[in-house]
Amino acid sequence: MTTAEKHEFPMARTCPFAPPPAYEEIREGEPVSRVRLPDGGWAWVVSRHEDVRTVLNDRRFSADRQHPDFPALVKGEAASRRPDEERMLIAMDAPEHGPARKAVLGEFTVRRLEALRPRIQEIVDGQIDALLGGPRPGDLVDSLSLPVPSLVICEMLGVPYADHEFFQEHTVKVIKQSTPPEERWAAMVAIQGYMADLIAEKEKNPPDDLLGRQIVKLRADGTYRRTALAGMGLLLLVAGHETTANMISLSTVAFLRNPEQLAMIKADPGKTLNAVEEMLRYFTIIDVATARLCVEDMEVGGQLIRAGEGVLTLGYSANRDPRAFENPDELDIERGARHHVAFGFGPHQCLGQNLARMELQIVFDTLFGRVPTLEPAMDVDELPFKDDANIYGLYQLPVTW
Amino acid sequence: MKIIADTDRCVGAGQCVLTEPALFDQSEDDATIIVLNETPEGELIEKAREAVHVCPSQALSLEE
Ligand code: HEM
Ligand code: SF4
Repeated sequence: MTTAEKHEFPMARTCPFAPPPAYEEIREGEPVSRVRLPDGGWAWVVSRHEDVRTVLNDRRFSADRQHPDFPALVKGEAASRRPDEERMLIAMDAPEHGPARKAVLGEFTVRRLEALRPRIQEIVDGQIDALLGGPRPGDLVDSLSLPVPSLVICEMLGVPYADHEFFQEHTVKVIKQSTPPEERWAAMVAIQGYMADLIAEKEKNPPDDLLGRQIVKLRADGTYRRTALAGMGLLLLVAGHETTANMISLSTVAFLRNPEQLAMIKADPGKTLNAVEEMLRYFTIIDVATARLCVEDMEVGGQLIRAGEGVLTLGYSANRDPRAFENPDELDIERGARHHVAFGFGPHQCLGQNLARMELQIVFDTLFGRVPTLEPAMDVDELPFKDDANIYGLYQLPVTW
Repeated sequence: MKIIADTDRCVGAGQCVLTEPALFDQSEDDATIIVLNETPEGELIEKAREAVHVCPSQALSLEE
C-alpha cells in the first residue's frame, strides 16, 4: 500500500502552456498514486499515457458521475448528486451507454460533418467580419471563440440562437468550480427545462434538424422518451460550446507566440489538421474531469486499484508523457499527435470530436488568412486564463490587427 | 495483411475514416465502422497501422 497523499487535486495550472510541475514528478516517480480531494477524501491519479488509455477503455471503471463514491473534484459536489435521476450519456455505463451513444452518432459521421463544412465556413466568415468591423482592440473570445461553436451546435440541433445568452449564462455556472452546488444544479435544471419545452414543440411536427430527426428515429424504434432526448440535447449544447471556444482562444495565442509554426499552416493549409491535433495535445483543456470509479479490482501500472476507489486519469500528463511523445513540452505541429487523449479514450471518447476538429481547422485557416496582422493587445502573462474552471481556457483575448 | 474490425467494440469516433477514407467508412445509421478494403497494399498498409494506433476502442487489429 502506498503512503499518505502528497498532493491535492485538482491542481491549478501555473503556466498556461504547461501542466502543473507536480505532474512530471508524479508520472516519473509514482505514476499511479494517491492524492487528496477537496472534500477531504482521496483518489488515485493515473498519469502515464498507456495507463490512462487502459483505465478509460476498461469496463471495470465506471463513468457514473451520480454515484455517491464517484470522485468529487469540487468541494461539496458529492452532496448535490441525484443517484435516482436519469443519467446523461457521459455518465452512463455499459450496457446502457452503447445504444444511447449510437442513437445519435449517425449525426456525427465524418461524411455527415463534411456536408456542414460550407455552412461552418460562412459562420466563421460572418464572425470575422464582425470582429473586423468592430472596435480595435476587440475581444476574440466574444467575437469568434464563443459564437462559432455556439452558432454551429444551435443550428445543428435546431435551437434558436436568440436563446444563446440564456445558455451562456447557465453553462458558465455549470462549469465554474466556484459555483455553489445548489446553484449548479439549478442552472442544469433551467437548461433542461428549456430543452424539454423546445422538444415538446418539435414533437408536433418534427423538423429536419438533429432533434427532429431523433424524435422520428427513436419513435420508429419504439424507444422515444422526451426527458432522455432533452438530456442528450443539453449535453450536446453544453459539451461542445465552452470546450471548442477555449481551444480557439488558446490555440490563437499559441500560434501568435510561435510564428514559425503559424507560417507552416499558412504556407500549407494541408498541415492545419495536424496543427489542430497538436494544439489539442498541447493544452489538454479537459484534464482531471475524465474521472472514473473503479467497480471491480484491477491492476493498473503495477498498482492494485480496488472496487469503490476513485480514479483521476490525468490526460494532460499522458499528453506530455515522453513515452508517447518525443520532446513532449515542445509545440510541434508536424509531429504525429493523433494518439493524444485530449478527447478522452474508449467508449466515452468525445462524440463531437470531428465537429470540433473541423471548426478549429476552418477558424485557423480563415482567421490567419484574412487577418495576417493579428496580434494580442495585452501581455500574454496578463491574459485572464481560466484557472478556476474544470475546463481550461481564456475569459477574454483582446486582439488588434 | 488483413484488417480485422470488431464492430461491437467500435465507438464510432471515426478516427479510422479520418486516417484513410479509402479503407474505412462509417455506417449512416450509427456510425460504426465499415471496412471498405480488408486487404490493403502498398502505402495503404501504413495507413492501416496508423488507424489501429489511433482507434480509441482498440476495435481494429491486423492479421499479418
Ligand atoms: C475541442 C473541443 C472538445 C474537447 C477538448 C472535448 C473533450 C471531451 C472529452 C475529454 C470527453 C470524454 C469525457 C469522459 O471520458 O469522461 C468528451 C466527451 C463528450 N463530448 Fe467532447 N470535447 C470537445 C468538443 C465537443 C463538441 C463540439 C461536442 C458536441 C457537439 C462534444 C460532445 C461530447 C459528448 C456528447 C461527450 C460524451 C460522450 C460519451 O459519453 O459517450 N464535445 N469530450
Ligand atoms: S477508429 Fe475505431 S472506434 Fe472509431 S470508427 Fe474506427 S473502428 Fe470505430
